[in-house]
Amino acid sequence: MDTNDSLRVASLWHSMHAISQQLSPTTGCSGIELLEADTFDLHCFQSLTGTKFFVVCEPGTQHMEALLKVVYELYTDYVLKNPFYEMEMPIRCELFDINLTQAVQKDRVALLGR
Amino acid sequence: MIGVGKIKQYSNILEKPLSKGKQEVSLSAFAFLFSELVQYNQTRVDNIAELERRLEDAGYAVGARVLELLCHRDKGNRRETRLLGILSFVHSTVWKVLFGKVADSLEKGTEHEDEYMISEKDLLVNKYISIPKDMGTFNCGAFVAGIVRGVLDGAGFPAVVTAHFVPMEGLQRPRTTILIKFAEEVLQREARLG
Repeated sequence: MDTNDSLRVASLWHSMHAISQQLSPTTGCSGIELLEADTFDLHCFQSLTGTKFFVVCEPGTQHMEALLKVVYELYTDYVLKNPFYEMEMPIRCELFDINLTQAVQKDRVALLGR
Repeated sequence: MIGVGKIKQYSNILEKPLSKGKQEVSLSAFAFLFSELVQYNQTRVDNIAELERRLEDAGYAVGARVLELLCHRDKGNRRETRLLGILSFVHSTVWKVLFGKVADSLEKGTEHEDEYMISEKDLLVNKYISIPKDMGTFNCGAFVAGIVRGVLDGAGFPAVVTAHFVPMEGLQRPRTTILIKFAEEVLQREARLG
């Protein structure tokens, strides 16, 4: 999936998230948190500023919220404190990528016990 | 009657002793401030060498002031006259005050007599910064190189100080080396002092 496709999918998700807030029958809804489908689960985390982080995983994967919070922390550290990152642009920060793969690997090891 | 527990009142604010001050500052606050410093300079220069020079100049001002402060506060107004003395001062005292730890290593250059290197596995100012590929060998450690240059200049050891990335096997990120090249007169004076 190249950058343009990712951008398209992300903007689709952003719109769906906003629409779901309006559609919800209960008041005080903050948007979609979990989308369960046949072949995947989509967990979404929304920060206080409205930035959304979502992760697509196998159905039934546990502890994705914790992973999303870790990713949020990595984002604030390695992307927002990077003087060469322009806001709203695709993230091309080496440190962010390295730490992200490390976090996902650690999660995978903990989950699979390998 | 002895006045026990009486706090000494200073009539003049200039007579109050210099307080040690708060020892620590939030790392995030510094990271954001430094990031803004880099971005500010980036919009005002045309090329990378100029950006490095500007960061170094910013660090130079810090270094000059740090030297004065540390000489008064930590060293009892004594000043270093020998090369190794000032280098170990930079390597331990200055690093400890600025970054909370002593520098990783201090080495003498093998190729030239006037070169010394202070290395750091993970420089504090570079902690959250990823250099984009098209900026080549630019290193935000130029700020720290400026600080070292300011300290050395103020202490009477003029030098050219630069920051470089040195890739190391076994480490994912290259370590940063501050290369100090002393001026000719410093070496001559050192030789005279024996």
